[in-house]
Amino acid sequence: MPDITLSALAAQLFTGLVLGGILVLLAIGLSLIFGLMTVVNFAHGSFFMLGAYTGFFVLGYTKSFWAALVIAPLVVGAFGLVIERLLIRPLYGRGPDDPLLLTFGLSLVLVEAVKLVAGKLGLTLDPPAVLAGAVDLGFMKFPAYRLFVLAVTAVVLVALWLFLEKTNIGLIVRAGSRDALMVRALGIDLGRVWFLVFGLGIAMAGLAGILAGPLRGVYAEMGIEIIIEAFVVVVVGGMGSLPGAIVAGLLIGEVISLTTFFAPKLAEIVVFIVMAVVLLARPSGLFGEAGLAE
Amino acid sequence: MSRGLVGRGAAWVAVHPVVSIVAFFAALPFVLPYTSLATQILVYGLFALGFNLLYGYTGLLSFGHAAYWGLGAYGAGIVLAKLGWTSLWAALAVGVLAAGLGGALVGFFALRRRGIYFAMLTLAFAQLFYFIAFHLADLTGGDDGLRGIPQLPLGFFGWSIPIKSPLAFHYFALAWAALAVAALQRVLKSPFGAVLAAIRENGDRATACGYDVNRARLLSFVFSALITGLAGSLDALRLNVVPVEAMFWSTSGQVVIMTLLGGAGTFFGPFVGAATVLVLGDRLSLVLVDSWPIVIGSVFVAFVLFLPKGIWGTLIGRSHGR
Repeated sequence: MPDITLSALAAQLFTGLVLGGILVLLAIGLSLIFGLMTVVNFAHGSFFMLGAYTGFFVLGYTKSFWAALVIAPLVVGAFGLVIERLLIRPLYGRGPDDPLLLTFGLSLVLVEAVKLVAGKLGLTLDPPAVLAGAVDLGFMKFPAYRLFVLAVTAVVLVALWLFLEKTNIGLIVRAGSRDALMVRALGIDLGRVWFLVFGLGIAMAGLAGILAGPLRGVYAEMGIEIIIEAFVVVVVGGMGSLPGAIVAGLLIGEVISLTTFFAPKLAEIVVFIVMAVVLLARPSGLFGEAGLAE
Repeated sequence: MSRGLVGRGAAWVAVHPVVSIVAFFAALPFVLPYTSLATQILVYGLFALGFNLLYGYTGLLSFGHAAYWGLGAYGAGIVLAKLGWTSLWAALAVGVLAAGLGGALVGFFALRRRGIYFAMLTLAFAQLFYFIAFHLADLTGGDDGLRGIPQLPLGFFGWSIPIKSPLAFHYFALAWAALAVAALQRVLKSPFGAVLAAIRENGDRATACGYDVNRARLLSFVFSALITGLAGSLDALRLNVVPVEAMFWSTSGQVVIMTLLGGAGTFFGPFVGAATVLVLGDRLSLVLVDSWPIVIGSVFVAFVLFLPKGIWGTLIGRSHGR
């Protein structure tokens, strides 16, 4: 082994965790939306990209990263609600291919529209000054902003868990993803819950976008690149499973990060190999139920 | 009255696909402003025809057909440009075979899951092929594309037929497209074609009837990849270069758009869709430069919402059966 120090390896593991966190935020939104309304949102990556761009413009206008961090997910989530009303709702009941096709078309339109408005060149999004430095963790130094991303991801996941497990709407969401017909028969207007969950999932994608902005840069194709990785996470974790999305997201994040460290040329390829192996061993994914969504 | 006439004409075309496609594409170079656009429509139409076998006729939505298109293009291109082969026949054979093998490999994995998983898996595997092609720069030219594919004449029983002129190449490609259409028609009219339709309509019932559904799906996947590989090989000869974007996900998306706009599950639909997208793109790029995909994307979204049968499917008044 060439001089690979333990702290360099630890830093790489932490970096993988951060990337994994971003992937988890995306995959959970995908999984939630899919589990409830069998919509595969191909445009999820485009909302991630819109989150980063919105964050960039809000930051430029308000000079406050914190304002951007709060406003960007809200704006993107609100946009998601409009999309659900106008484009997704007419497709309910038409089978899962149609929403996938529609959101694919939508993602093309969004990417090109952003290029028209914001230009084709990538933008840089600076983290706030407080988080610009590195934190000494005792055994290594790690960029403060990355730790912050990890913390935000953890807070969002805990909040989401509380929402799903401890609130009435969360109960309806869980029941609705298990048996929508039965929930309807109990007199609950699932359409409103779907509307809400779609917006929530999109807002999480927007949040992931602004969080990722300072790490990966802001450019029109950023969403398409990450959506394919997020799809792999969902396939590996099992569609509709939240623990699956978390475990698989962190796993894929680590795999990418470690391969980048040891064999950079393989970094883009290895995720697909992991996916193929999981499919051979467990076709329904690590946490998936067999037969769901087929 | 005129509508009835259009409908009847369309119905006649639907029943006689080979004659119609040959007649249409024989005339197309004289209708369009330049021959190369007609050839591009033909080759992409053939690509969409291969995709349509899987989506329109078997009910499997692949988001990764760029892989087989690219394998066909690289297969034919590499033996001509890097290995110095001089036979177009052999080059096309290598391209088609490479695509078929790739299809069998991906099909083996991706067909383990259905529905939207299948779409995601085919997309992911296609990206795997893309990254491999990107990194094998010695063989594929990597980011610069595979350059230096020679324009060879076609050897035919001792004759050497030049196909260098755009019009000659157009008819060369048309001959292959006609063969592929005839073969596809033969397959779809066979008992195997009936099994594919049964799978599309209701896979569980087809299984219950005792058909080996998985084998039929895999065969359909491989046959689809073969046609797609033929189209990709022809495209390599048409352009004399294989850009690495040929394998990128956007190429897969393009064929999805073409097929749906034209009409999935119809014979002529893929060609109508390819013509619509390419002519529209050609005209729009004069006005909008790089931003024309906004229009295509919006049109596509509108079609999914309001006209899911596509242009040709609506004309002949038959759904593709979903």
